[in-house]
Amino acid sequence: MSATPSPKAAPGVKEFAHDNGKNGHHAVSPLVTYEPIRVMREDGSVDPARDPGLTDARMVELYCTMVRTRIIDERLVTLQRQGRIGFHIGSLGEEATIIGSAAAARKQDWIFPCYREFGALLLRGMPLQTYVDNMFGNGNDTVKGRQMPDHYSGRAYNFGSVSSPIGTQITQAVGFAWAAKMKKDDLVTLVYFGEGATSSNEFHNGANFAGVFKTPTVFLCRNNGWAISVPASKQSASQTFADKAIAYGIRGVRVDGNDLLAVYSATREAIERGSRGEGATLLELLTYRLSGHSTSDDPKAYRKDAEVDQWKSKDPNVRFRTWLERRGLWNDKKQTELEEQAAADLQECVKVAEKAPPPPLESMFEDVFQEMPWHLREQRDELLKGPRAKGHGH
Amino acid sequence: MPQMNMVQAINDALRLEMRKNDKVVVLGEDVGKVGGVFRVTAGLYDEFGDDRVIDTPLSEGGIIGTAIGMALYGLVPVPEIQFSDFIFPAYDQIVSELAKFRYRSGGEFVSKLVIRTPVGGGIRGGHYHSQSPESQFIHVAGLKVVCPSNPYDAKGLLLASIRDPDPVLFFEPKRIYRAAKGDVPEGDYTVPLGKAQVIKPGKHVTIIAWGAMLYEALDAASQAMEKGIDAEVIDLRTLWPLDIDTIIESVKKTGRVVVVHEAPKSCGFGSEIVALINEKAFLHLEAPPVRVTGFDTPFPYTLEMEYLPLAHRILPAVVQTAQY
Repeated sequence: MSATPSPKAAPGVKEFAHDNGKNGHHAVSPLVTYEPIRVMREDGSVDPARDPGLTDARMVELYCTMVRTRIIDERLVTLQRQGRIGFHIGSLGEEATIIGSAAAARKQDWIFPCYREFGALLLRGMPLQTYVDNMFGNGNDTVKGRQMPDHYSGRAYNFGSVSSPIGTQITQAVGFAWAAKMKKDDLVTLVYFGEGATSSNEFHNGANFAGVFKTPTVFLCRNNGWAISVPASKQSASQTFADKAIAYGIRGVRVDGNDLLAVYSATREAIERGSRGEGATLLELLTYRLSGHSTSDDPKAYRKDAEVDQWKSKDPNVRFRTWLERRGLWNDKKQTELEEQAAADLQECVKVAEKAPPPPLESMFEDVFQEMPWHLREQRDELLKGPRAKGHGH
Repeated sequence: MPQMNMVQAINDALRLEMRKNDKVVVLGEDVGKVGGVFRVTAGLYDEFGDDRVIDTPLSEGGIIGTAIGMALYGLVPVPEIQFSDFIFPAYDQIVSELAKFRYRSGGEFVSKLVIRTPVGGGIRGGHYHSQSPESQFIHVAGLKVVCPSNPYDAKGLLLASIRDPDPVLFFEPKRIYRAAKGDVPEGDYTVPLGKAQVIKPGKHVTIIAWGAMLYEALDAASQAMEKGIDAEVIDLRTLWPLDIDTIIESVKKTGRVVVVHEAPKSCGFGSEIVALINEKAFLHLEAPPVRVTGFDTPFPYTLEMEYLPLAHRILPAVVQTAQY
């Protein structure tokens, strides 16, 4: 966060590296907004037609969440390298797509996460300690150490449950919104996934059901350029991912995903459409995965530094910071304080999480069913009576 | 007391529960206007409307995925998969999501639904309309698996399944959809999950079966009786969680056991039942436990009656086991 390059000229459609353009022509559909929505201009002003009109305090709050998210990301990678946690999957470079969209959700709206959205969960009020306990899978982890790190759930924050299979949350988000519509409840679901997930069965199923039953669902496709090592151009021959909306009869909108205010504005508009009974919207949020897919891969093996550097210069956090600074809402001193505080908060949570005991052995057998059947009771007793594995704290 | 077949009894259970609980919704391919390809949901669309009896696009993954979302919202979806042979596009949603929600979220989320699906062969349906994939779901932690053999149980077990807190796969043996008839009480009653039933008491050998094969087991038992072998026949009704007590009690009495199922032999549910009997009643056994099952082949069309473990194959196994 030390370097603060000024935002580059707002990129045009062609400038987005993940534009497919294989066929050399652009089909045009009235269902799709092709020119990426952008709110923050390079001269430091905003597009008045799209200014979401956030208060200064709210903008600062969102920026702080972006920075905290980034610092947590960076520190968790270090912890993983030190062998203190097993895994991390982060959102480096994609903060605006996550914080901007989650911020646009109304309180009653539900978020169905992919697995990079811990920033949205923190914005919605989950205590940092709860998140860090999940990273350690300790006895305080709300999912009882049953899932690998970054597989949390947050019912109290209208936030679903993370699983690893790609796209499964999409149909679930559609079904949830559909049920709310049946019950005439004013509720929209936001579902996150990457552009790689548009190749999955469940993207097709979800978008198709959403189109047929006009469910109030916002499909948040974070086009970050890469699905582990496979570039966006190898996921689909569609010219854009927003184009996919056409086949399902839903709206498709491209958004500059590194422009927090643009993401907010486009998401809010999609939520309002859903709330008005006008159905689902697919937002293609153009961004870039600055880190590897997770701590388990090294992106140097499959992509060039130059490409990464190009996107580093479009850093969403820097861009929003510059905008706030121009409005007199932010400065170096505040930045330093925030970074120090965020790092200290995390360190404190890590200290607590590392001291917490592992989940009790018998918890392995709970919650498979509401009541434990005989075969699980037998297996639990067998485990409890038997020898312990080494090195797990029991 | 009215006489019903399986189709009517299941329909009666759905209607009763939908009248009682407005959170119950039915969805699937052709379940609405036409009332399902087996007519199990006939008339529900007219009574409850297209918001609660929903004709969906032709996608099992979409049906189960959206049903899970509805369940997370608080509805109680009862999706139909037209044939259990077609359940596999939804396997990811069932295995990775439905079965895991409670566990993986530390109990925060429960995805409760009952998947109804016709199962089994003997209807000249060929490979893709005849299979019995129950063990593929039993092997997945987090699912209950039910398979009734008669209209009374079908209604009572379906009502119990809908009211049960856990996700249930409800396999309906299609070969006896209309052939199995019996008295079914009007109104509300349940048959508890996890309880087998001794259909015919006996003392020489235990035959364990479920669904359509129960009748083949009973046929074999009555032929065995003519040879002086008094077989006890158990209908499992709920496959998982298994009613191990009823099985072990019977095996301790007879010391001999034959397990019958349509699914292929290797890693079929019979393998698990035999293993449990060995673990829990080994010293009571007088003969090796025997499985009479489908073969380890894809389900054949023309030769389906040779493939199925019908009475003519069960009988010699019962006799040999009794005389071992």
